[in-house]
Amino acid sequence: MNESASTDPALRTEALEQLLTERGLVSPEVVDGFVAKYERDVGPMIGARVVARAWTDPAYKARLLADAVPAIQEVAWGGGANGEHIVVVENTAAEHHVVVCTLCSCYPWPVLGLPPSWYKEPAYRARVVREPRAVLREMGMELPPEVRVTVHDSSAEVRWLVLPRRPEGTADHTEEQLAALVTRDAMVGVATVTA
Amino acid sequence: MTPTGPAAPPRDNGELVFAAPWESRAFGMAVALHESGAFTWPVFAQALVARIGAPGERPYYVDWLGALEDVLGLAGEIDARAATLAHRPGGHDH
Repeated sequence: MNESASTDPALRTEALEQLLTERGLVSPEVVDGFVAKYERDVGPMIGARVVARAWTDPAYKARLLADAVPAIQEVAWGGGANGEHIVVVENTAAEHHVVVCTLCSCYPWPVLGLPPSWYKEPAYRARVVREPRAVLREMGMELPPEVRVTVHDSSAEVRWLVLPRRPEGTADHTEEQLAALVTRDAMVGVATVTA
Repeated sequence: MTPTGPAAPPRDNGELVFAAPWESRAFGMAVALHESGAFTWPVFAQALVARIGAPGERPYYVDWLGALEDVLGLAGEIDARAATLAHRPGGHDH
């Protein structure tokens, strides 16, 4: 056995795809389709539209906070893996929410796409639970001491999405203009939205 | 659905979703197998947690691929096939 062959992930992946294709379990075209979908069509722009709708429509926000998945599906496709159970939590002047997956990389794919590298790093996963304020500060977000911080641990069962605070000075913005302000990091809870 | 214009923001992170083509294949296979009912996501997630929690640190998609192999129980066959692929003639060694 060639040790380098058996440990090279590129070769192992190619071998696995051959084996699965031969058995009719996957087809390269179907795999292509899923890759393209998550590279191109599913990403934080979907969550941004959900947030903008919640900012402009109180009844929608109430539905979103009560039962997120059907509310998300009012705005966009919200199905597929890692979207079965999403819970939305609202940042306020008194409470700030931040999301992590301490054990691996659980993340609400249908609204945010695939997680960024830092979300998967052991440093973030371990530290944000212990010292969220310090981690947020390092990421450029200073929270006043009176704001309570709640860290949510995403899992295969529940994935969290943060509804950020609407920035000042956006009263006359359209929903589309608001969506353009919302960032991925704000929806993970490691940044604020600015106008 | 491909949003464009001002409502298509935050890909502003400048970060590639996949660092190498094999990562995207490993990702796409897991999603395709899940969609076709080969396994439930919690089963895959549990395997991924076990791989990530193993001693040492590896690139994320190495653990992802390992979890997929574990769930499918194909590690032995993959060893053999990967060795065959490595000995392809004519400079096809990726």
